[in-house]
Amino acid sequence: MSGAQPHDWPADIYAALKAAQVKQVAYVPDAGHARLLKLCAADNAMRMVPLTTEEEGVALVAGAWLGGERAVLLMQSSGVGNCINTLGMIATCQFPLLTIVTMRGEFGEFNPWQVPMGIATPGSLELANVIVHRASEPARIGDTVAGAARLAFSSYVAVAVLLPQQLIGAKTFGK
Amino acid sequence: MSRANTLDRRAVVAALLAERGDLLVVAGLGAPNWDVAAAGDNPLTFPLWGAMGSAAMVGLGLALAQPRRDVLVLTGDGELLMGLGSLASIGVQRPANLAVAVLDNEAYGETGMQATHTAHGVDLAAIAAGCGFTRSEAIREMAAVEALRARLKARQGPLFAQIKIAADTPPLVMPPRDGALLKNRFRAALLGADAALA
Repeated sequence: MSGAQPHDWPADIYAALKAAQVKQVAYVPDAGHARLLKLCAADNAMRMVPLTTEEEGVALVAGAWLGGERAVLLMQSSGVGNCINTLGMIATCQFPLLTIVTMRGEFGEFNPWQVPMGIATPGSLELANVIVHRASEPARIGDTVAGAARLAFSSYVAVAVLLPQQLIGAKTFGK
Repeated sequence: MSRANTLDRRAVVAALLAERGDLLVVAGLGAPNWDVAAAGDNPLTFPLWGAMGSAAMVGLGLALAQPRRDVLVLTGDGELLMGLGSLASIGVQRPANLAVAVLDNEAYGETGMQATHTAHGVDLAAIAAGCGFTRSEAIREMAAVEALRARLKARQGPLFAQIKIAADTPPLVMPPRDGALLKNRFRAALLGADAALA
């Protein structure tokens, strides 16, 4: 008898984004987002927009909203630092922003260079007027993203859902 | 300065926005905002008063959301240099309805006319061409400015133009600066009053 299947939380995130009518998926890839990116890319109603740096996605989300579309920004925690000044536009214009952030530099981290930005991620977001949700329980992640999407798009605020490293697994570099 | 730059920035912007119809405009931080405002305040212009380096990507998000409308990003050389990667991201999407026009005075005009990288020969048009823009050019004559507008109307984008302008400082004409107002009036003009109820 096999063990219980791990909960397919990336599918739940995809379903929440679909239900929220997200049409543009801006991203800098991260291993923790790999399955979600595949699910979104397979959906013809979602436009995949790869970025060279994460703050491009903050600007893209604003432009999409001006044009009447909803977008999401997928990134890892290192990218949050790249976004800070651009997030000022989101706050001052009251643009909705939904971002899903995979965490590095915390549980079980092997690479010390990831740690400073990982530790600073929640505080940096909050200082930049972004509401921070942390989704630790796999079975609750879909609901958390759905609620974050409603909050962002209905109340015109920026919301980040952080996916902890414990959920995704730390990169070990074979060590 | 690398070469003589003769075009008048206000004349360039007036030509690009003449009879603008339902053209959607994103203006970048600094003097391009004043140029666009001098051509007439319009709810279908979204001027960025901050977020330097973002104008091209705001234009991309808008162009993807509104494929049936023409989108013109009007920004400066310093502003674009801060977000050069945007050209690569636009090159991946290749929206036919987007043009990025850089008013290149080879200087940071708002901070004392310090030289930008273009003053040292950095070739923005070559970079945009390398990123996959359908057409990318350096413009030094008004006739080419008018041709750019016609090509956007014909949906031949993504288009890029590095428009060489004189490094002067025309009178300051400011658009509104309340970001929520700018966003909401743009959406109402584009999407209708019901956009506020969505």
